[in-house]
Amino acid sequence: MQLIQSSTVYDVVIIGSGAGGGMAGYVLANAGIQALMLEAGPFFDPARDSQQLKWSYQSPRRGGNATRALGDFDAAYGGWQIDGEPYTQKEGSEFQWFRARMLGGRTNHWARIALRMGPKDFKCRTSYGVGDDWPITYDEIRSYYDRVDKLIGVYGSMEGLENDPDGIFLPPPKPRLNELFVKKAAKGLGIPVIAGRGAVMTAPLPGNTDRQACFFCGQCNRSCKIYGDFSSSSCLVIPAIKTGNLTVRTNAVAREILTDTNGQATGVSYISKDDMQEYQVKAKVVILAASTCESARILLNSRSSAHPNGLANASNAVGKYLHDSTQGGGAAILPQLLGRPRFNEDGVGSLHLYAPWWLDNKKLDFPRGYHLEVFGGMWMPGYGGYFGFEGQIVPYLNGYLPGADGKPKAGGGYGLSLKEDYRRFYGTMAGIGCHGTATAREDNYCEIDPGVVDKFGIPVLRFRYKWTSDEINQARHMQETSMAIVKTMGGISLGPPAGPETNYGLDKPGKGIHEVGTVRMGDDAKKAPLNKWGQAHDCKNLFVTDGSVFTQQSEKNPTLTILALSMRTTEYLIRQRKQYNI
Amino acid sequence: MGTLSVGSLLEGCQSKPAPLADAGATVDIAGRQDFEIARDKELAAATFFDAHERATITLIADLILPRDAKSGNASDAGVPAFIEFIVKDEPVHQLPMRGGLRWLDIQCLNRYGKDFIDCTPAQRTAMLDDIAYPMKAKPEMQQGVVFFNKMRDLAAIGFFTSKMGIEDLGYKGNSPGKWEGVPLEVLKQYGLEGV
Repeated sequence: MQLIQSSTVYDVVIIGSGAGGGMAGYVLANAGIQALMLEAGPFFDPARDSQQLKWSYQSPRRGGNATRALGDFDAAYGGWQIDGEPYTQKEGSEFQWFRARMLGGRTNHWARIALRMGPKDFKCRTSYGVGDDWPITYDEIRSYYDRVDKLIGVYGSMEGLENDPDGIFLPPPKPRLNELFVKKAAKGLGIPVIAGRGAVMTAPLPGNTDRQACFFCGQCNRSCKIYGDFSSSSCLVIPAIKTGNLTVRTNAVAREILTDTNGQATGVSYISKDDMQEYQVKAKVVILAASTCESARILLNSRSSAHPNGLANASNAVGKYLHDSTQGGGAAILPQLLGRPRFNEDGVGSLHLYAPWWLDNKKLDFPRGYHLEVFGGMWMPGYGGYFGFEGQIVPYLNGYLPGADGKPKAGGGYGLSLKEDYRRFYGTMAGIGCHGTATAREDNYCEIDPGVVDKFGIPVLRFRYKWTSDEINQARHMQETSMAIVKTMGGISLGPPAGPETNYGLDKPGKGIHEVGTVRMGDDAKKAPLNKWGQAHDCKNLFVTDGSVFTQQSEKNPTLTILALSMRTTEYLIRQRKQYNI
Repeated sequence: MGTLSVGSLLEGCQSKPAPLADAGATVDIAGRQDFEIARDKELAAATFFDAHERATITLIADLILPRDAKSGNASDAGVPAFIEFIVKDEPVHQLPMRGGLRWLDIQCLNRYGKDFIDCTPAQRTAMLDDIAYPMKAKPEMQQGVVFFNKMRDLAAIGFFTSKMGIEDLGYKGNSPGKWEGVPLEVLKQYGLEGV
């Protein structure tokens, strides 16, 4: 093994190429700053590498998930477990950690749901009496949201809602047939359902000739060959490379951030998976955007005499306040759709309809809230992936409904009658996904496991995460809402209601893949690792731009906010450079 | 990298030639990780079911999904080859499938003195009727019900994710176009014009 030290001193080295790292690289490159980006996985260009438009039968496992966690066509390399790179649990925690190792990270496969956080969300303690207020307000980030919308392309409808701010929108896609049944039922229950908001180019993006408008295949999770949806790889990193100012080193796994005796960052040490040698690169500034948990891990592993507790951790808050969205919901077969008409209903691969949080918490037994994501339609029949093949439930449901001849029959069966049932049930499913807010808590955290290293010799993370009664009560409410909608639209629920023994169907923490908060922003250096610009309180030339910086999440999916915050932090960094402060 | 034939992928392989049913078919490996390509190759080269098991699977799959006016049967859609692959890809199916097939043969041997495939069509139907209806099946047939549930699921997945099955279901997508919403006549059919 060799230690290879580069003599080049970059202006900036960026760890990570997802939403936070990609935006930082894009802003720096366009400002003429020489930056190096380290990415732990391989190069990925959706134009070349996407599995878009493949048919199920072009996969030997028909889209199954034996090699890719979310299905054979899903864009994400990595998954819930990565060979040789474990993570551990403490006190019976079951935190699930999804890692994508590739250029663009998880933005290649995300659902492109692009929601702004609202004014009350930045004032969580003041508005809801739980958690903490952010050190910034909606008004301070609003112009960055606007510029992100214009840069990446976001569709939606203008609604004028107080805590669900409108953006600069492209036209939203029309709803699918099944989704209209959900909307009608929800409306009858007093739940306002509006157009979804997604980072998909439903129309050409003014001034952008690198990307083409969406052609409606509904496969955003595979990533888009024509860049019709937003990925950090296609829309930020690859354009940044083209400026000549950004260098990307792939298969480079960050070990730690290096510091001098004064505690200032001097560069990064990493392992190259290509030759398994150890490298050190020097930089005047370090931007950390390795993903919420990975960034905490790198900081905690960056111990030195100046930072004995880990870098940027004088507050002792790094790794703490880990929080992920709550997830619940339900799905049903709509008998009125049996034998429904066929047409191309692929639409977009993001949300067609959703319901922003609509209730007043004063009358409820939990703080904050959740939004509803509506789904349903005639997907490509495939095995695994986000949506399994609904045909698998046909031999159970065909005993509950009359057959094509109007007569009841025993459930199950085989032969011509069963074959006909598969046809009749196709495209009749509709459902509601509920995604809510969890409160950031000091006692939900990740830390370095003192006894375990990964295959590179890097100490791994150990998780401690428990839901509280706030999240469990919210999950019960999610289930009541979903069941009420299913009942109102005359659907047959695909599962019995979950009881208290399973937290009313509340998913395990981490399953939302919206984890944030481990390197939070806060004005008080004794309580938070970062100031309100995403700059480390105790290391002025270190900035963090991924989801870890969140003081407190909301029920809005985090990616759009990560993009806006990263743009803001990187522009602040550029201003500080000009003033010779860093 | 673009497309390569399975044959050329296997060329460098030092082990005996793979018994690939579809050797020569092209596999698009763009965007596939090295370990995925290697794993698919390895699974395709391995064999799990023996000839008798495969014949039984084929016969049952065709009884589950027979030919009709609209499409062919399970074998026409390549279902037996899919089941052979998927049990190697997801080994959780191996024991229930192997043991279930054996359970079925023993049942038939005790009843009719023959393996399932050597039974008459009437005997096969009588046997399947005992295990194909979970809510009606007798308690002593429960192991057969569990086997048949899995067999039916795998057959249906294999069939309806094939080209023939997708066309049979009438899925119209996976082709570039412009989504303009649900056609007006369909909205009217369901009374959803104003929603």
